[in-house]
Amino acid sequence: MSISNEHPYMSVTAASNDAHTENGIRRDYTGLREDAALIKTAGLTAWFGSMQALKGIDINIAAGKVTAIIGPSGCGKSTFIRCLNRMHEVVPGARVEGSIFYREHNVYAPNVNPVMLRRQIGMVFQKPNPFPMMSIKENVLAGLPLQGKNTTNRDEIAERALRQAALWDEVKDVLDKPGSSISGGQQQRLCIARALAIEPEILLMDEPCSALDPIATAKIEDLIHTLRQTITIIIVTHNMQQAARVSDYTAFFYMGELVEYSDTDTMFRAPHNSRTEDYITGRFG
Amino acid sequence: MKTHEADIFRKRSLTERWIAAVLFTCAAVSIVVTAGIIAVLLFETMDFFGRVSLSDFFLDTQWTPLFADKHFGIWPLMAGTMLTTLFAMLTALPLGLSIAIFLSEYAPERIRRFLKPIIEILAGIPTVVYGYFALTFMTPLLQKFIPDLAGFNSLGPGIVMGIMITPIVASLSEDAIYSVPASLREGALALGSTRLRALRHVILPTAFSGIAASFILGLSRAVGETMIVAIAAGQQPVLTLDPRVPIETMTAYIVQVSLGDTPHGTLEYSTIFAVGSMLFVITLTFNLIALYLKKKIQRGVL
Amino acid sequence: MKQQESHRSDFFFTPLDGKIEKAFRAIMALAVILPFLILIVLLVDTFVDGYPRLGWNFLTSFPSRFASSAGILSPLVGSIILMGLTALFAVPLGIGAAVYLEEYAPKNAITTFIELNIANLAGVPSIIYGLLGLGLFVRFMQMGRSLLAGAATLSLMALPMIIMAAREAIRTVPNDLREAAYALGADRWVTIRKVVLPLSLPGILTGIILSLARAIGETAPIITIGALTYVAFLPDSVTSSFTALPVQIFNWISRPQTDFHVNAAAGIIVLLVIMLAMNSIAIFLRFKLQRKIQ
Repeated sequence: MSISNEHPYMSVTAASNDAHTENGIRRDYTGLREDAALIKTAGLTAWFGSMQALKGIDINIAAGKVTAIIGPSGCGKSTFIRCLNRMHEVVPGARVEGSIFYREHNVYAPNVNPVMLRRQIGMVFQKPNPFPMMSIKENVLAGLPLQGKNTTNRDEIAERALRQAALWDEVKDVLDKPGSSISGGQQQRLCIARALAIEPEILLMDEPCSALDPIATAKIEDLIHTLRQTITIIIVTHNMQQAARVSDYTAFFYMGELVEYSDTDTMFRAPHNSRTEDYITGRFG
Repeated sequence: MKTHEADIFRKRSLTERWIAAVLFTCAAVSIVVTAGIIAVLLFETMDFFGRVSLSDFFLDTQWTPLFADKHFGIWPLMAGTMLTTLFAMLTALPLGLSIAIFLSEYAPERIRRFLKPIIEILAGIPTVVYGYFALTFMTPLLQKFIPDLAGFNSLGPGIVMGIMITPIVASLSEDAIYSVPASLREGALALGSTRLRALRHVILPTAFSGIAASFILGLSRAVGETMIVAIAAGQQPVLTLDPRVPIETMTAYIVQVSLGDTPHGTLEYSTIFAVGSMLFVITLTFNLIALYLKKKIQRGVL
Repeated sequence: MKQQESHRSDFFFTPLDGKIEKAFRAIMALAVILPFLILIVLLVDTFVDGYPRLGWNFLTSFPSRFASSAGILSPLVGSIILMGLTALFAVPLGIGAAVYLEEYAPKNAITTFIELNIANLAGVPSIIYGLLGLGLFVRFMQMGRSLLAGAATLSLMALPMIIMAAREAIRTVPNDLREAAYALGADRWVTIRKVVLPLSLPGILTGIILSLARAIGETAPIITIGALTYVAFLPDSVTSSFTALPVQIFNWISRPQTDFHVNAAAGIIVLLVIMLAMNSIAIFLRFKLQRKIQ
C-alpha cells in the first residue's frame, strides 16, 4: 500500500457523526505541507490477538516538531507509537495492517529489518528501565554492544548523550555506580540519554513521566524543549497540561480511532470535535 | 435472646493452643532431622578420626581401607567424584541453558507450558534406571568412538548423570530468564538490538544469579548422586583424571561397603561416615550458596 | 541530532544478523529435542531388553539363582509396604509442618531458620539420609534392618518435598476465603479444617503422590540402611527384613552375567509403570484442581 496524493496530508478518521466530516470536508488543521512530514500512516490497524487496538489511523507527523498523542486509557495511543518502530510486534499475538511510511520507506515492508529501523527511531518507556547489571556509563553506551558496535570514543559519546539529557552534572562523579542507584527521574533521563546516544532521527516517548513526581516531570519537560531543536519527538501522555506545554501538534485518540489532530493551540483553545472538548475539559477520561 | 458479651473476653480455646503446638512440632521435626544428620555423622566421624589421623585422611593418595595394607587418603574418591561431576556439568550446563533460553525466549507460551513438565519427567526417573542406561547403552555407544574405553569408566555415567541433572538446570534457569522484566527486553530491542544481542548483553547478565543458582544446585546433585556411578563407574579408587578407566566416587564407596559384609563398629565401617561427612559438607556448601543466590533474586538485588 | 542529509536508509534486511539468529535458534531447539530423544531411546532400549522376561511369572516368583525363573515378588511387596509406611509417617508430619508455616508461623528468626533448614534438607543427597537411617534407626533405636527402619528413612527424605508441595497448594487458597471464615466467627483451626485444607487438598495430594513416587524409586538410602539383596520370603511384620524393587534391580545389574541384565530391564519396566501410574494420578488430580478453581 502506498500513500497517494488522494490522501490528504492530514486527515481525521473519526466516526461519521463528526460535524466536519459529515459535510465531506476534511480539514487540514496543521497547515503543513506534505513533504514536511517525516512519518505518514495509512489505514494503520493493530490487534492484540482478537482485540483491535487501532482502527485505521491516517496521520502525518511533522519533522523536527514535538507531536503529542493524548486520549483516555486504552485508546490505543501507546499501541500507535509502538507500531512506529515496530515494537508492537514484540508482544506475542500482536499484528498490524495498513502502512507506515518513514520518509519514503514502508516500515512494514517485508524487506525492512525492524532491528535496523529501531536504530533510527528510538524509544523511551513509561517506567524507567535502566539495565540493572550495568553502571550508569554502561547504560548510556548500551546501544553500542547491543548493536554489535565497537567504538573508541566511548567517554565522548557518553558525555555528549548525558549532557543532551541534562543529566551530566548530576552523575558525572558516579558514572560507575549501578544504573538503578539514582532517583526515578534521573533514571528516566538516563534512559533518554541511552536512546540519544545512538543518534536516532525520531524519539518516541511513551508516557515518560507517568511514574515520576512533579519536579522530575518538570525536568523531563524542560529537556523536551531543548531536544526539539535537534530531533523529532512523538510523546504519548495522559496529562493534557503536559501535552499543551511541550507539543507543537496534538492528536486525540479515542477507542482506537484518531478523533482530532491539529496544532496544539487550536486543539486546546478551539477543539472541533465535541468528544475532544469533553475530554480536554475533563468531562470524561 | 441470650447475649454472649462475656465471650469476647474469653481466651483462645485450649484446643486451639494445643493444635498450634502440635503443628509447630511437625515443622520442628525438620530441625531434628538436620540435627540428627549432623549428630550421626559427627559421632561416627569422631570415632574414625580417633583412629586415623587427619593427615592420613587428607594427605595420603591411596584409599584402601578394605585391604590388609590400609590407607585412608580421601583424594582418590574425591577425584572420582570430581571427574564424574565434571562430565555431568559439561553435559547439563549447555543443554540445560539452551533449553531454558529456547523455552523462555523463543517458544510460544503454549509450547512452553507443554514442554516444561515433560522435560521435568527426566528428573523423576529413578537413578537406578539411569545407571542401567549408562552401563548398557551409553558406555557401549561411547566405546564405538573411544575404543579403549573400559566397561566401567567415569565418562559414560558422567554424561548420563548430566542428562539427569539437565531438567534441574533448565527449569531453574528458565525461571530466572523468564522473570527478567519485559521492560528490559523491550529497552534493549528499542535500542536497535537483535534478540540474540539483547539476550547476551541484557537478559543473561540480569538472570545471572538465578542461572548460577541452578548450576550450583546441579553441581550439588551431581556430587551426591549415587546409583549411576555405583553401577557404571566402577569400584576402583584410583587417583586419576583419565575418563576412560574405572574409578570410584565417594557415594559409590558408601554403597560398596553397605553391600559388603563388613561388621558394624569396625574401623572399615566407620570410613563410610567419614566419607559421608565430606559429602555432606560439600553439598551443604553448594546448597547454601544456591539458596543465597535465590534469596538475592527474591529481594530484587540483582 | 542527525543531519537531514546523513539520513540512512540502511534499515533494510541485513542477512548476516538474521542468519546467526536463525542458526542460534535452531541449536536451542535441538537442545530441547535432545532430552526427548534420550527419553525415547532409554525407554525403547529398556523395553527391548526386558520384554522377554515380562509376564505373570516374573511378578509372582521370588528372586532366584537362575535368571530365567527369577521374579520380583518379594521386592515388589517390600516396595509397596515401604510406600505405605512412608506415607503413614511423612504425610501427617508434612501437612502439619506446611499448615504451621503457612497459617501459624510468626515472621521471626525461628520460622526463617525452619524454612532455610527445609530448603537445605531438600538438597541433601539421598545417601546421607541412608547414613542417618543407619545411625539413628537401625542402630541407635535398634530397629535393625527392618521395613520400619527403611520407611522411617524414606519418610525423612520425602518430608521436605511434601512440605514444599503442600505449602504451595495451601498458598493457592485465596486469602479472602480465610477472612470470610474469620468474619463468621470461625477460629483458626476451624477455618483451616473447613476452608483451607478442603480447597488445597487436590494440590497437596498431587505433591504427596509425586514425593512418594520419588521415594520408592530411591535405591541408595535403602542399600545404606542394609536392605537385603536376596530375599526369598514375604515380610510377616514391619520388623522383618526386606528388599525393595530398585535394590533388586541394582542387584541384577551388578551381576556379570548378562542374563540377569534382562531381569533388571524387566524390573525397570515394572518400576516405571508404577511411577507412570502414580504420575498419571497426580496429573489427573491437578487437572481436577484447576477445574475447581475455574
